[in-house]
Amino acid sequence: MVWAESVPRVWRERVKKYRLLGGKCLKCGSVVYPYRPACPYCGHEELQPLELSRRGRVINFTIIRHPPTGFVGKEPYVVAIVELEDGARVLAQLTDVKPEDVKIGLEVEAVFRKYREQASNGVIEYGIKFRPV
Amino acid sequence: MKFSTIVGIAGYGAYVPVYRIRGSEISRMWGAEEETVEEKSVPGLDEDSLTMAYEAAREALQMSRVKREDVGAILVGSESPPYAVKPTATVLAEALGLSQKIVAIDMEFACKAGTTAMLLAAGLIASGAIKHGLAIGTDNAQARPGDELEFTAGAGAAAFLLSRDSERMLASIENVFSYVTDTPDFWRREGEEFPRHTFRFTGSPAYFHHVLSAAKGLMEETGLKPNDFDYVIFHQPNVKFPLRAAQLLGFKVDQVKPGLLCNEIGNTYAAASLLGLARVLDIAKPNQRILVVSFGSGAGSDAISFITTENIGVSKSSIEKLLARKVYVDYALYSKHKGTLKGVLR
Repeated sequence: MVWAESVPRVWRERVKKYRLLGGKCLKCGSVVYPYRPACPYCGHEELQPLELSRRGRVINFTIIRHPPTGFVGKEPYVVAIVELEDGARVLAQLTDVKPEDVKIGLEVEAVFRKYREQASNGVIEYGIKFRPV
Repeated sequence: MKFSTIVGIAGYGAYVPVYRIRGSEISRMWGAEEETVEEKSVPGLDEDSLTMAYEAAREALQMSRVKREDVGAILVGSESPPYAVKPTATVLAEALGLSQKIVAIDMEFACKAGTTAMLLAAGLIASGAIKHGLAIGTDNAQARPGDELEFTAGAGAAAFLLSRDSERMLASIENVFSYVTDTPDFWRREGEEFPRHTFRFTGSPAYFHHVLSAAKGLMEETGLKPNDFDYVIFHQPNVKFPLRAAQLLGFKVDQVKPGLLCNEIGNTYAAASLLGLARVLDIAKPNQRILVVSFGSGAGSDAISFITTENIGVSKSSIEKLLARKVYVDYALYSKHKGTLKGVLR
């Protein structure tokens, strides 16, 4: 098992996973996702919470052919770094697209999808993914 | 019945997944001679009634320009919730960023739960308890493989942001008529994966009896005649039934056609009549009258008449775009998407 199944983790991370809530550094102006108390670029400890843009483009990606627990049966799928219009970078799955159709620069929009099920009687994890515009 | 305060639609949203399967492909699988619909919608591997509801609700909220913290209720009608116990409504409220001070509930009445969600949200608004409320109909329609239901069971969602704010209102609710009886035409027991249905009940005693009674009830109560309506939308388990209901009530084909999506996306259960309404609202002009008549097995119908306002047409839903965007799957992929394959490695 690569990724521990945990109900508390799902609960703790729900807002981050469900919504594109980021922060804008009040010193260097960097926009980051998810929101965090310190800027990862300049270390400044004042970030203004910000609802991020739902559109962006793929700046890099990888194709998952040997998925971890809970994602088996969904392969091949694409995990991408998406740069949103406001500059924040989000690591997320792409959906409604064949891996061979994904290119760097692909324009995408955020959607709400199922990540995985923690077994057929376990909790279901949901969150943001991106699909081609 | 009539609400004591004018309540109406301030925003609406639609969602249909990108995948489709042709009726002919289902016929090929089961050796059937003809199909009920041309094609139907199929959810993606990562879609369910909750994710589809989210997309429709986000669009409705955006169109209404109502602040998220001002939404006082979220009512979700579905017969395919991802959990038997654990509400869809709370996940949606959290994901949409709504207030935690909100009335949230999942509702089930086969294919009718979406329109009933609308009536109850409108009731809360009319009473003054809340200002705005979201009502959603959503389904990843279930059908046993090989069952005739499988030819039509589609996937989709429609959401309506209801409000009493006249400046935002696109269409006001004019009148409502609900009609129910205990009719065992279709059911799914706890723990069962697929619904069952009684062939001899499906048509006359179930669909037609309730749809006609609700529609006639509304027209009798209001004194309205079929030609007073610009559009009529019926629940659409297939193409034949809504056209026949229209004919029996005295509506013309032109009044029904714009809201009849079944041939393209199948029967989206709790979303079916509401997606038809979304399509009609996209093309309606100010001061037009629209009748929606849902049907839910078990059984009952809600008839709701709307009158569009000057605000209609300012913004449209994404339904045309969603209907046009299609990726066809064969029966094998369809089974994977629907999760009906047995013994799959996980």
